[in-house]
Amino acid sequence: MATPTTYVPGKRSGSPLKMITDPFEKFFSAIYNGIINVVDWIMHPLQDRVGVRGMAYIFVLPNLLIFGIFILLPMLLNFYYAFTGSTELFPQNRPFVGMENLNTLFTCQNFLDPNSCREDLFWRAVFNTLGYVALQVGTMVVLALITALALNAQIVARGFFRSVFFYPVLLSPVVVAVIWRWILQQDGLLNGIIVSLGGERVSFLTNAGWAQTWVIVISVWAQMGFFTLILLAGLQAIPGEFYEAAQIDGASRWQSFWQVTLPLLMPTMVVVLVLALIRAVQVFDQVFPFTGGGPGTATQYLVQYIYQTGFSNQTKEYGLAAAASLVMAMFLLVLTAIQLRMGRRNEAA
Amino acid sequence: MKRFAILFVLALVLMGAFAVQAQDAVELRITWYDDGSEGVVLRDLLDRFEAENSDIRVVVDTVAYNTVLEQLPLQVEAGEGPDMARVTNFDAFKGFYLDMRPLVADAAYWEASFAPAVLAALRTGEEDADAIYGFPNQFTVTGPYINRTLFEQAGIEVPSDSSDAVTWAEWTEAARAVAEATETQYAIAIDRSGHRFAGPAFSEGATFFNEDGSITIDTPGFRSFAETLVGWHTDAITPAEVWIGSGGSYAAAADFFINGQLVMYMSGSWQIGRFSNDIGDTFDWQAVPNPTGEGGSTGMPGGTMMVAFGDTEHPAEVARVMDYLASVDALKEFSERTLFIPAHLGLGELDFQTDVAAAQNALLTFAAEVPKLSEQAYELQFGGQAFAINNPIRDRLTQVLTGELSLDDAIARIQQDVDDALAAAAAG
Repeated sequence: MATPTTYVPGKRSGSPLKMITDPFEKFFSAIYNGIINVVDWIMHPLQDRVGVRGMAYIFVLPNLLIFGIFILLPMLLNFYYAFTGSTELFPQNRPFVGMENLNTLFTCQNFLDPNSCREDLFWRAVFNTLGYVALQVGTMVVLALITALALNAQIVARGFFRSVFFYPVLLSPVVVAVIWRWILQQDGLLNGIIVSLGGERVSFLTNAGWAQTWVIVISVWAQMGFFTLILLAGLQAIPGEFYEAAQIDGASRWQSFWQVTLPLLMPTMVVVLVLALIRAVQVFDQVFPFTGGGPGTATQYLVQYIYQTGFSNQTKEYGLAAAASLVMAMFLLVLTAIQLRMGRRNEAA
Repeated sequence: MKRFAILFVLALVLMGAFAVQAQDAVELRITWYDDGSEGVVLRDLLDRFEAENSDIRVVVDTVAYNTVLEQLPLQVEAGEGPDMARVTNFDAFKGFYLDMRPLVADAAYWEASFAPAVLAALRTGEEDADAIYGFPNQFTVTGPYINRTLFEQAGIEVPSDSSDAVTWAEWTEAARAVAEATETQYAIAIDRSGHRFAGPAFSEGATFFNEDGSITIDTPGFRSFAETLVGWHTDAITPAEVWIGSGGSYAAAADFFINGQLVMYMSGSWQIGRFSNDIGDTFDWQAVPNPTGEGGSTGMPGGTMMVAFGDTEHPAEVARVMDYLASVDALKEFSERTLFIPAHLGLGELDFQTDVAAAQNALLTFAAEVPKLSEQAYELQFGGQAFAINNPIRDRLTQVLTGELSLDDAIARIQQDVDDALAAAAAG
């Protein structure tokens, strides 16, 4: 029978200390002890001053600072800029104009016709973004689910296929864009193959429909692995007993999928759906080097509109860009609220 | 071992000495872009300057042209810009230039060497009417090039061989016929740029600037060349990638011409150096006079300026570098080696360093275009309003090409964009 160990505060439990004989180990041990002593020298008086509870705040302070400087402050600045005018960069030189920028964005005779809007490019970007979000997210979630189901099954070289599907996620969006541009341009690889087979060149990047399609195809290809991985984890968390019970009850594979897999996977699906939606609304980094927003404005999405209005146009309208950012933030807030609501409903179920 | 130790100590001493010397030298930065190989010539010039001025080291940051257009203005405004830069969008930096008048060795030399209108293009108005902010290191004229070999292969006469007044319609038909006869991919192309579009539009009779100082885009001449551009795309005789497939950025069609995929290419004199290097004598290329229309035969003037920025920590050293780069010897060598038309008024006869006969002829052709440039063209380039006009023309006409806007709607939008941009600039 083993002797129970009792914890005595201030005393080390377990095996006696090992004698350090290796010179390297001694060296690193000395460095380690030195660091600990320095940290202790700083922290001890600090703890005496702020108390044990206060130390918690000290430990989260670095993260809070980073959040404050790089996220909260820019957000507040963006909010301020949205209500100021002029082309001046620095906030102190910008006059307050109230709702003028938002008014400019929302001055429309018919909201469904961008040509009737004062800021037609904003509304083109809004409609392009909505179309992209609906098609890209819908396609990607369905394909990610099918892929996850396939990779969850007992197939040959399952590990290899899992890597293959995840690999595009590791690529930089710019690299993905440049490679696909080479493939799809007028004298690109794909047209080369088509011509060598006796076909006519296809305007993949200069025809609005084709360009919008390829933007979605490429983003699905590049991002699907990430969502497949999340769904795969969700699938593996479903206990095998449920399938055995369904099988005993005479359920077909199709019925098992609808009655067992999908309901139990729903919480994961909600996470995937909301993450994919948020990511899709923010689309920019891959599309900008791929099509530049063209042809015309066919693939110009909201973030590109904001970037061009604020930074790359000859006349830099920071206020208008900030107002457009606010509109986008509101849209993302609504999406997040829906996620929270659906999450809670799932928990309750 | 002892020898090794001595060598080691010596190396350390030498490294220390170099480090001290490097620390002593003031480091200046130039943001630069290349059309051809002019960056190499600049580096050669700067190397010689540094050899004679050991207290100054000049680092050249070569970036894409779009970076100069889109990112450099923001850097400069935020106080994070370089000491000097090569720019074409002079208006974007107004108010941020360094006035070198009190710093340069001889301000009178600068005033006598460069056209007053060009120096004035960097100034804001009355308050800085005598400031010296930079100098033009290249004068450019827009104009077309043809692939003469293709004309010969097609057995079609080059229209400008027998006429001094060839219209855009005649050139388009000739280029189309050549492309069809030689099975060349494209007949005609123009860079995706409002600046490049403006020359032909002025030739067709467009006028932007009214006597009362206002700007009107909608003129028959403007519509005429816009319809020509639309026709090229509808007939698929121009590479769609240039205007339609380039998003919202500037795009050149030079690669199509260099690769022999294009019969006629509307660009400008700055391509001569690149064509000399990249085409050489692979085929006969030729610069031809700007086509003629109701507004005459005009290209667009242009050029690049070397400018200094007011946020530099070393204004005196910047002025010394600029004095050197603006000197007769430096600019003469720069022009002769890059095959750029100089903007210095007193360089005398130049000995352009090229064996390519086409390059020599192109230089002569573009030089002959200079006296034909219209007042409207000069006003657009140096009048301080190009920033508001060029990009809306480029972007809105692209929307016509893709079917997003009718030409009427596009012209109305260009007018609105121009008015908004000028109002925003006036408000500050």
